[in-house]
Amino acid sequence: MSTRANFDNNLKELKELLLEMAHKSEQAIKYAMIALLNQDMKMAKKVIEGDNEIDDLEDAINNKALLLIARESPVATDLRKISVALKVSSEVERLADIAVNIAKSAEHIGNEKHFKEIIDIPKMMELALEMVSESITAYYSEDIELAKKCANKDDAVDKMFGDLVHELLSFIPQNPNATNQIIQLAFVCRFIERIADHSTNIAENVVYLVTGKRINLNA
Amino acid sequence: MVTTLLEKEIGEQTIQSTVPLQMEHILNVHDLEIFYGEKRAVNGISMDIEKNAVTALIGPSGCGKSTFLRSINRMNDLIPGARAQGEIMYEDLNILSEQINVVALRKEIGMVFQKPNPFPKSIYGNITHALKFSGIKKKSQLDEIVEESLQKAALWDEVKDRLHKSALSLSGGQQQRLCIARTIAMKPTVMLLDEPSSALDPISNAKVEDLIVELKKDYSIIIVTHNMQQASRISDKTAFFLSGDLVEYDATEKIFTNPSVKKTEEYISGRFG
Repeated sequence: MSTRANFDNNLKELKELLLEMAHKSEQAIKYAMIALLNQDMKMAKKVIEGDNEIDDLEDAINNKALLLIARESPVATDLRKISVALKVSSEVERLADIAVNIAKSAEHIGNEKHFKEIIDIPKMMELALEMVSESITAYYSEDIELAKKCANKDDAVDKMFGDLVHELLSFIPQNPNATNQIIQLAFVCRFIERIADHSTNIAENVVYLVTGKRINLNA
Repeated sequence: MVTTLLEKEIGEQTIQSTVPLQMEHILNVHDLEIFYGEKRAVNGISMDIEKNAVTALIGPSGCGKSTFLRSINRMNDLIPGARAQGEIMYEDLNILSEQINVVALRKEIGMVFQKPNPFPKSIYGNITHALKFSGIKKKSQLDEIVEESLQKAALWDEVKDRLHKSALSLSGGQQQRLCIARTIAMKPTVMLLDEPSSALDPISNAKVEDLIVELKKDYSIIIVTHNMQQASRISDKTAFFLSGDLVEYDATEKIFTNPSVKKTEEYISGRFG
């Protein structure tokens, strides 16, 4: 048994809790998107109710991290592992909140027929979900290159956001009865754009975890 | 005007960030090697010790840190077979030179040991003992130095009403601060502390740590400690020793947040040692 095996195990458990939380949040986003596209109200409700579970995981991570700081006096990489777990868990919690927001938009639209086929929003979401997955994998494997690859996609998501919102709003004059629906869809675009931002923040934390240097990957 | 103020502030900030703070050195160590008989305990280390700063020497037992510390005021001279080569420059003099007056050197570079070692004398007598040897006999002058030293060692308020009681009646923490006061009385420039609070209870330890931080205004302090948190709390620079080598020497902030050498990280995070 190596020195501080107990501490190392606890650090591993902290990371596993965070990965579990990230997995649940990623799932919640996917389910919220399905709820929106298939107008599945049961699914939307499931996403909204499931958020408590993710919040509880965040609490568990925070408690464990603080306890490790108090009991183990971590320094250098150990300290960065804990501080990054705290910061990443809060980014992941925001991802889960965004899933709830999308699910609520799905509820607001309800069963009202879509004014046109929704094609580009899922494409934008696909790119944002790639970023989530890459940022979490980069965190898991402490892979700076993957973190950078993830953050590089943020500009593409921002561009899609600008174009899509512009396009959506241009439909309002011809479809005045669909105004609520169009505005909800524009909100969804905004939520997806935020998913990409939180993923970029996670990627930046990965770089800090590995190198001890804070860099802005989105400059 | 708001704009003028801003410009001025930005200007000052720029000046601060582009001109690095030049730290003055009190000691310059070059290629220092220390041997106990045939065995080499310190393998040719070089480092500059900053003036009015706390420098912590850390490393596992037998790494050479205490040997190095003791060489700074020639305490190793007392160990048969111990010899040192290289340079420890202090005010343009090599401390290791045979021409150095070791008694005078130890007045300027004082030392406090792990276990408090007061003389079996009164509190007052502990401080005046060496002063009398160095020719100060006048009572008023001795009184003044005793008060000043005890004040600086943050002990005056606790002992001022019993200066002529035995030093052995003091608690361990008080005894250690008395030993620090005794060193201060000689008006040193450098203080060498060899695990000065490892034998003390937490409150006494905290008092000694506060004292060390306070004392660096007047003295340059080098401390050997096995307590990583103590090193990170009170020192400005940290030197990590391993098997007689100086592995890493940097700002304490850097050593404890992002050390450059893997072995340093393993040691400070308790993976070995």
